[in-house]
Amino acid sequence: MSTGSARTGRSLLLLAPLLVFLFGFFVWPLFSMMSQAVSDPAVLRLLPRSAEVLPDWDRQSPPTMPMQTALMEDLKTVDDDQALGDMVRRLNSARSGFRTLMSKTMSALDDTTNPPTDLVSIDKRWEKPEFWRAIAGALSPYTDRNLLAAVDLGRNAAGEIEHLSADQSVNRVILIRTFWIAALVTFACACIGYPYAIIAASLDGWKRDVMLAAVLLPLWTSLLVRTAAWFILLQDQGLINDFLRATGLIEAPLRLIFNRTGVIIAMTHVLLPFMVLPIYSVLITIPRNLMPAAASLGAHPLRAFLRVLLPLSLRGVASGGLLVFISAIGYYITPALIGGPGDQMISSIIAFYATGSANWGMAGALGVVLLVATLLLYSVYARLSAEEPGRR
Amino acid sequence: MKTFMKSGILTAAAVMLSASLVAPAFARDLTVVSWGGNYQDAQREIYFKPFSEKTGKPVLDEAWDGGIGVIQSKVKAGAPNWDAVQVEAEELALGCADGLYEKIDWEKIGGKDKFLDSAVNDCGVGAIVWSTAIAYDGDKLKEGPASWADFWNVEKFPGKRSLRKGPKYTMEFALLADGVSKDELYDVLATDEGVERAFKKLDELKPNIVWWESGAQPLQFLASGEVAMTSAYNGRITGINRSEGKNFKVVFPGSIYAVDSWVVLKDAENKDAAQDFIAFASLPEHQAKLPEFVAYGLPVKEAAAQVPAEFAKDLPTDPANMTDSIALNVDFWIDNAETLTQRFNAWLAQ
Repeated sequence: MSTGSARTGRSLLLLAPLLVFLFGFFVWPLFSMMSQAVSDPAVLRLLPRSAEVLPDWDRQSPPTMPMQTALMEDLKTVDDDQALGDMVRRLNSARSGFRTLMSKTMSALDDTTNPPTDLVSIDKRWEKPEFWRAIAGALSPYTDRNLLAAVDLGRNAAGEIEHLSADQSVNRVILIRTFWIAALVTFACACIGYPYAIIAASLDGWKRDVMLAAVLLPLWTSLLVRTAAWFILLQDQGLINDFLRATGLIEAPLRLIFNRTGVIIAMTHVLLPFMVLPIYSVLITIPRNLMPAAASLGAHPLRAFLRVLLPLSLRGVASGGLLVFISAIGYYITPALIGGPGDQMISSIIAFYATGSANWGMAGALGVVLLVATLLLYSVYARLSAEEPGRR
Repeated sequence: MKTFMKSGILTAAAVMLSASLVAPAFARDLTVVSWGGNYQDAQREIYFKPFSEKTGKPVLDEAWDGGIGVIQSKVKAGAPNWDAVQVEAEELALGCADGLYEKIDWEKIGGKDKFLDSAVNDCGVGAIVWSTAIAYDGDKLKEGPASWADFWNVEKFPGKRSLRKGPKYTMEFALLADGVSKDELYDVLATDEGVERAFKKLDELKPNIVWWESGAQPLQFLASGEVAMTSAYNGRITGINRSEGKNFKVVFPGSIYAVDSWVVLKDAENKDAAQDFIAFASLPEHQAKLPEFVAYGLPVKEAAAQVPAEFAKDLPTDPANMTDSIALNVDFWIDNAETLTQRFNAWLAQ
């Protein structure tokens, strides 16, 4: 018993680097992303007095005097610039105009010689209920607004969930587009990668080495460099168009860049190794005498392929497809450089919220939606591939 | 043997742990961040290298493409790996309100009265006055566009256009193209109808727009003939004309100018050296060299006066270029950037 637990302890110790790594680089970031998406403490933390007064307000009428006094008291006690910044960003994201309103209000409240009596005298905007509604809507420590907004939903003034109009939010369209592009790229990779892997696996010696090197060398080149190279190849005055025009095949240049075609071409090239290598590694484990054996039993080569080689190598195609698909849905640089505005994928929206507007809640929520969608697809894949051993 | 292994693992773990704790103790060199391209090449020659020679310490320089989120994540993580950063007016206002920057020691910089008023801020020191303007290749278009209405006119000037991806500038240019006068521009844009009007005008040009994101892209598009005209940062256009013998033209009427500022990130390791660097870059004798490389206006009055006439005529601050140009309304954008960017992204995706 004691030796058993000691052994467990030792093996845990050996696993420690892995566990530390998993926790530090996988569990923790994932958890903090999810909590960013739903936690909303920025306003409540700084406005405790307003949080007591505001729930009694009917959300329609002009602000009452106690509301204004409570908010003024709250704002006067704020001494942490970064916390104030978090609050103002949160409020401005709910209602444009809070940025300038707050900086004006804060400097008026700092004026001790001539203290303002109420907020409306500082700025007329404080009369408007929508600014107060923004505050009232931000006083709960947890929120579903980011998750709702990530799938184009929002709450109206009465608190009911409703669809956002198409000119405000198109996250669903972009999510569907992301999965569609990823699916097309996976399909294209399979169409090119499968025959390639079969040929590579059927060759010997230096020929096989050359074919594998042709797949591996690009893999060792930076993604950015490969994307930039495609930019040069695909543009109107690029190598491909120049060549086609020089040979007289086309008159006007083909539009290959800033559209879907270019994105699919470049992403397929970048992701092809992830399809070829798993298929190849499965193919070389298949005994070479199976196909001649099928032929000796009278099978047509096509039939032999469909009944013998394809089923045996399908595992490689499935894992290659999964690798390509999951890498593809996170693509950012290639669509940004090669694609047009209609080809941007969900990462570019996440990047806008994370780096452009510092709205990490929204970035986290979109990340959660992407993660959930990916996990759903993965579970479908896991179910499909789990059937295989049962059949044998 | 087993105990030896165990202690070996423990030692290794302890070494790894202490290494990760000790690592920050190695001093990082002063890191200055600017906007890349030929602009940063010029800054390296006239600011970074001479400052490094003067102090005897290396200066690292990095490039970025803006975004308050980038700064926020660096500062909030603690011990940011950048010290002095050149930011746009909007990032200056947002970051200063949010406490992401150190307060500027104006005594060290040389006093506020040496600068243009718009270049003075509690958190930032003006570095350049720059313009976003129409640019086109004078060798390909003999008679070029003169206004944003021309920019929208694809019949008179066939070919693709390029604009900076995002609502800032794009909305303004659309309204100018639609006939809004420069004095009413931001009043119109502040209304819902004005926003509608801008998007409607953008709809007209949408099939012909290629969007750019980093400042070097529009020049590549122009040079490769991918687009007939583009919006671009004026300094880069003059820069590429001088360095590569191009004949790109800048259309100053209808251009929008703004001040870029140096800031020091809150609690940056080299924050004092960063302020020394900013003071160094604000000395008239150093700053006056900039227009020779890139045509950006100088916020230090004495430096602006020293610029030779041949370079001064290309600057956004030159009186002839200033008359019909517009100052960016920073307050409008800090209030509305997020909402309008969401709408803009939705519009793009449609």
